[in-house]
Amino acid sequence: MTDQEKILNEVTGSDYKFGFHTDIDTETIPKGLNKEVIRIISAKKEEPEWLTESRLKAFSHWQTLRMPEWAHLKIPEIDYQDIIYYAAPQQGAKYESMDEVDPELIDTFNRLGIPLEEQKQLAGVAIDAIMDSVSVKTTFQDTLADLGIIFCSFSEAVKNHPDLIKKYMGSVVPYTDNYFAALNSAVFSDGSFCFIPKGVRCPMELSTYFRINTANTGQFERTLIIAEDDSYVSYLEGCTAPMRDENQLHAAIVEIVAMENAEIKYSTVQNWYPGNKEGKGGIYNFVTKRGICKGDNSKISWTQVETGSAITWKYPSCILRGNNSVGEFYSVAVTNNYQQADTGTKMIHIGKNTRSTIISKGISAGKSQNSYRGLVKVLKGAENARNFSQCDSLLLGDQCGAHTFPCLEVDNKTAIVEHEATTSKIGEDQIFYCNQRGIDTGNAISLIVNGYAKEVLNKLPMEFAVEAQKLLAITLEGSVG
Amino acid sequence: MLEIKELRVNVEDKEILKGINLKVNAGEVHAIMGPNGSGKSTLASALAGRDYFDITHGKIFYEGKDLLELAPEDRAREGIFLGFQYPVEIPGVSMVNFLRTAINEMRKYRGDKPLPAGDFLKLMREKKKIVEIDSDLTNRSVNEGFSGGEKKKNEIFQMALLEPKLAILDETDSGLDIDALRVVANGVNNLRTPDNATIVITHYQRLLDYIIPDFVHVLYKGRIVKSGDKSLAKELEEHGYEWIKQEVDAEV
Repeated sequence: MTDQEKILNEVTGSDYKFGFHTDIDTETIPKGLNKEVIRIISAKKEEPEWLTESRLKAFSHWQTLRMPEWAHLKIPEIDYQDIIYYAAPQQGAKYESMDEVDPELIDTFNRLGIPLEEQKQLAGVAIDAIMDSVSVKTTFQDTLADLGIIFCSFSEAVKNHPDLIKKYMGSVVPYTDNYFAALNSAVFSDGSFCFIPKGVRCPMELSTYFRINTANTGQFERTLIIAEDDSYVSYLEGCTAPMRDENQLHAAIVEIVAMENAEIKYSTVQNWYPGNKEGKGGIYNFVTKRGICKGDNSKISWTQVETGSAITWKYPSCILRGNNSVGEFYSVAVTNNYQQADTGTKMIHIGKNTRSTIISKGISAGKSQNSYRGLVKVLKGAENARNFSQCDSLLLGDQCGAHTFPCLEVDNKTAIVEHEATTSKIGEDQIFYCNQRGIDTGNAISLIVNGYAKEVLNKLPMEFAVEAQKLLAITLEGSVG
Repeated sequence: MLEIKELRVNVEDKEILKGINLKVNAGEVHAIMGPNGSGKSTLASALAGRDYFDITHGKIFYEGKDLLELAPEDRAREGIFLGFQYPVEIPGVSMVNFLRTAINEMRKYRGDKPLPAGDFLKLMREKKKIVEIDSDLTNRSVNEGFSGGEKKKNEIFQMALLEPKLAILDETDSGLDIDALRVVANGVNNLRTPDNATIVITHYQRLLDYIIPDFVHVLYKGRIVKSGDKSLAKELEEHGYEWIKQEVDAEV
């Protein structure tokens, strides 16, 4: 083995830090997927009839679909009858006060760095904590309610704000959208709901933390964010799961709606269990995320740091319908060992003077495969649309792959669309230069990778940028230093 | 401070250094000169711990330690600094961040606490003056978009900040105009103390008008074939390397 290979082996041989399992009484339903199971889920959540019907409709549609095969991914066959579609920590329903929350649960989230007690939390961050199929606790609800902001679990929103759910659910990602969207629409369990009323600037970061705990379960959550005219919200999601030998399925839907002059910033730090070094286990992460800039001058910005999951299939997109609306996509996707990622975005320009920016930074190590897939579509009426795309790939070692699949469809001749792409390797020269200044190889790689991803990391809310930097270092660094 | 004994180095099975002997004491400045391909840069890299070649024979002692046993980062932490002939660019990593990491890694090695941000910035401002470096330069990414002269000044700036015991400057003068050359040389002279030592590797005598060496060694075909004081550099300037080549080749 050459020294270069040794170094790479060391830095890429990291351990997953969130792989513990919480031993807690969990209520589960039998494995399998059929109409009866869907009715059970709906009944457990005490849903109104229209929602049960909508689930069943989605299920019937899903049965007619086949799993998409166009992505640059090798996906082993998934047995949908071998998955538990509902698992909830005992006591099921939401806790009114901290005293009622199982200490094991509080401990679990503490170990993940997510304290559920409000006084212990980062100032200015409200959290909805979701374990398996249910929301465990949402913090700062009262403080936010004073401003008219609704931040609650999806199930609560169904009960307390049925009109909003009925109006917006499926309006951006209909159940007919794709295979996984149909599946989610049939079996989704919980998720977060945010509503920012007209003219309100949400004073704190809203955040959802997803945790898969129970074995053999899938997690299917939905997030719906609505920002009315002249409002602003910054939202962050994080996710982890225990280490298990079998693969687990996560198929989520995120829908966001920005009305006139509204701005929504959506940040993700995805750290699902990626599987072990031989590629065994890990989460299949098949997520449909889409936002619509409905009103004029609205803005939606996606920032994602993707370090986890065995397979990632995810394209946070923007429909730029309002005139002068702005869509942004900033992504860092890191793959290591046998991880596979096929991720990117779609920017659909419909309104006049719409602008979009895409910055994608892929980092591949080990034997992983990392693909960027993007679509920039400018419709006929989108006068003066502008897009700038930059897709960079960084390779560590010579056994990994980086791919880019950009697609441009421009139907308006006033549009200006730019695409730049680079591929680079971390050079031995760069590492030696750092070594010669007293910086060991592990720290050197961390420094270089963070420098490479800086443009994207800078877009994260400050509290989380530091976390994301550490996460990048952990994912790639491991035993060194 | 430094003692090199019978050092032989191979690059891809070809012997480049064929038995180097050199002793450097604290407070001294040594110049190593020689025609292209004589092995000057290989010697510098071997001292810094670059691993693309094999050390087949010999020993290097530095401050009583067996240098060849030390990893490159530990050599740096022990006070060895290499001024690179071709400093590399590291996009996205600011000079400030880079140097702060470097300084704190060295402090950690010595068992010191990290330098507080305020003190670090103060130190940077102080050292910038020594090399007349543009204050804008330190806000940019490491060497990215720097001109040739700026890169070399930046090396000396880093040297000033890291305060090495033994500085090895590999062709620091190459590609410099006369003004930049003066700045670089002044920097080196200002940093000279009785406790540190400098090895200046150069092709031309020009730099030695500004940095006055105590000893001059001529490296040719992998061996130090002649050593002397600064007058040897003058001689080379006047007569070129030919006469030495002839002398050496005649012996073979």
